Amino acid sequence: MSHASTSEVPDRVFQFVITACGLAVIGVLALIVYELMQRSSLSWHSFGWKFFVSQEWDPVNEQFGARPFIYGTLVSSILALIIAVPLAVGVAVFTTEMCPKALRAPLSFFVELLAAIPSVIYGLWAMYVLVPLLTQYVAPFLSKTLGWTVLFSGPFFGYSMLAAGIILAIMIIPIISSITREVLMVVPQHQREAALALGATRWEMIRIGVLRNARAGIMGGIILGLGRALGETMAVTMVIGNRPEISKSLFAPGYTMASVLANEFSEATGDTYLSALIEIGLALFFVTIIVNALARLLVWTVTRGQPARGHA
Amino acid sequence: MPENAAAIALTQVPPISLRRRLVDRLMTGVAVATVIIVLAPLIAIFGYLVYRGIGSLNWAFFTQLPKPVGETGGGMANAIVGSILILGIASVIGVPFGIGAGIYLAEYGRNRFGSAIRFTADVLNGVPSIVIGIVAYAIVVLYQKHFSALAGGVALAIMMVPTISRTTEEMLLLVPQALREAAYGLGVPRWRTTLSIVLRTATSGVITGIMLAFARVAGETAPLLFTAFGNQYWNLQPGQPTAALPLQIYVYANSPYDDWHRLAWGGSFVLIILIVGAISAVRYVVRRGTFGA
Repeated sequence: MSHASTSEVPDRVFQFVITACGLAVIGVLALIVYELMQRSSLSWHSFGWKFFVSQEWDPVNEQFGARPFIYGTLVSSILALIIAVPLAVGVAVFTTEMCPKALRAPLSFFVELLAAIPSVIYGLWAMYVLVPLLTQYVAPFLSKTLGWTVLFSGPFFGYSMLAAGIILAIMIIPIISSITREVLMVVPQHQREAALALGATRWEMIRIGVLRNARAGIMGGIILGLGRALGETMAVTMVIGNRPEISKSLFAPGYTMASVLANEFSEATGDTYLSALIEIGLALFFVTIIVNALARLLVWTVTRGQPARGHA
Repeated sequence: MPENAAAIALTQVPPISLRRRLVDRLMTGVAVATVIIVLAPLIAIFGYLVYRGIGSLNWAFFTQLPKPVGETGGGMANAIVGSILILGIASVIGVPFGIGAGIYLAEYGRNRFGSAIRFTADVLNGVPSIVIGIVAYAIVVLYQKHFSALAGGVALAIMMVPTISRTTEEMLLLVPQALREAAYGLGVPRWRTTLSIVLRTATSGVITGIMLAFARVAGETAPLLFTAFGNQYWNLQPGQPTAALPLQIYVYANSPYDDWHRLAWGGSFVLIILIVGAISAVRYVVRRGTFGA
């Protein structure tokens, strides 16, 4: 492009520096993978696949199995999704399809604020407001009405899987809701008009014309929320009870992969112990990567090529 | 004849059945209910935070060190300073890399390699913060042989880069191509065009991205647990363990002492004011129009 030879050298240097910055992004990810794999190799060699199914977590005898943590992570995240998805999709539908224009901006700002609250503050609130609330009102009610199921049986511990699931749900609602909103906004207007022209009521228009077209994208938002829930650390650690046990009741305490890292990493003595913790980190890393890549792909198939931000 | 048919069709549209109208109303009600259910905890959290937070703040909170266990009073001054130190280190490392990567993506990255970087940045954004903490531990703490503010800063810097690079890219792409062409036409070399024309034009947008990244990492606790680690005393040296506001909140929240709970709420209030302030500033700038055109 440039014919002036004097400008070629600085241009080359500039392009080199800028490309290096771009490369650094990939480099950082590679570094994460390398460090995690290398530093967990000791545990991997001692325990192999058994690491992920064994229930024993015994730092004193250097026996490590991650099953209680994997179980806790999955159960708390799935519980959070069950609570969060209907609420988040409802809020997104309301803000895009039903809400008066004047209310739209403040509402999305509030939901955005919800996403900006640090995890540790959610945890603090959950410890001193949510858990007492659950202990006093919600748990007695649940055990009276649904106590016959395994899920809500036994004594309520306060710091429990249930508390973790609820605080996680509150934390992932903004993500799911904002992605869903983005996806709903790129559904072409003529889909709505066509449904209305056929005599559909507003809800029928939303169901047939909007939600059906946005299915894949909403799914993407949900999976993105799942990714966040799986890796969420502080708030969960503060309310889940941190006990490496597998209990069928949501009233009982549990432990997650991220929580065990938060609690034990800086105190881990012995190479095997540290290596086992890092292997948990590696597993968490791979799971969230896969989940996120899947989510991005789904959102991308819907919003592809269309500026999703323009409508707000 | 067709006109007639149309007229008949128009007059004969069957009324919407009661059931369909009821379902429509019901679903509208359900949507409104979800909004209320979602807003309730938000209002509860903010309300309680303000209620407990304002009561906890006083001059000592901002100027004093934490008191030993059993004594009331004291403050979180060292944690506030520590947070500033760690965030400063994170910004010094993360901002240039993030902007550089953003410039690459916008100006040179219309190819496979650019897509790979874009995808990697998105993936990096989804990595749990505690895992990034492990990596910072591995590359800084193990090397230095002790916890440090630097390690915490590195962890937060890694978390800042994806946000900054993607917003920088978005903002640079909004700059009209004609501006670049005009600069080339005047014989301005490409690097100067990029830095003094394109980047300059998009400055407020780029700052928006930096503020968002900053707000995101300011409240991060998990990656600091085994990098910055915390400290009961003053520390201004990047090579030493350092207190940080979110870390201190976590420690105090888990303590059995009422006075420490009070400090935790005060700290949370300060943190949330900082973050909401940053986000509001961003929204104000964005709404005012990035390019004044």
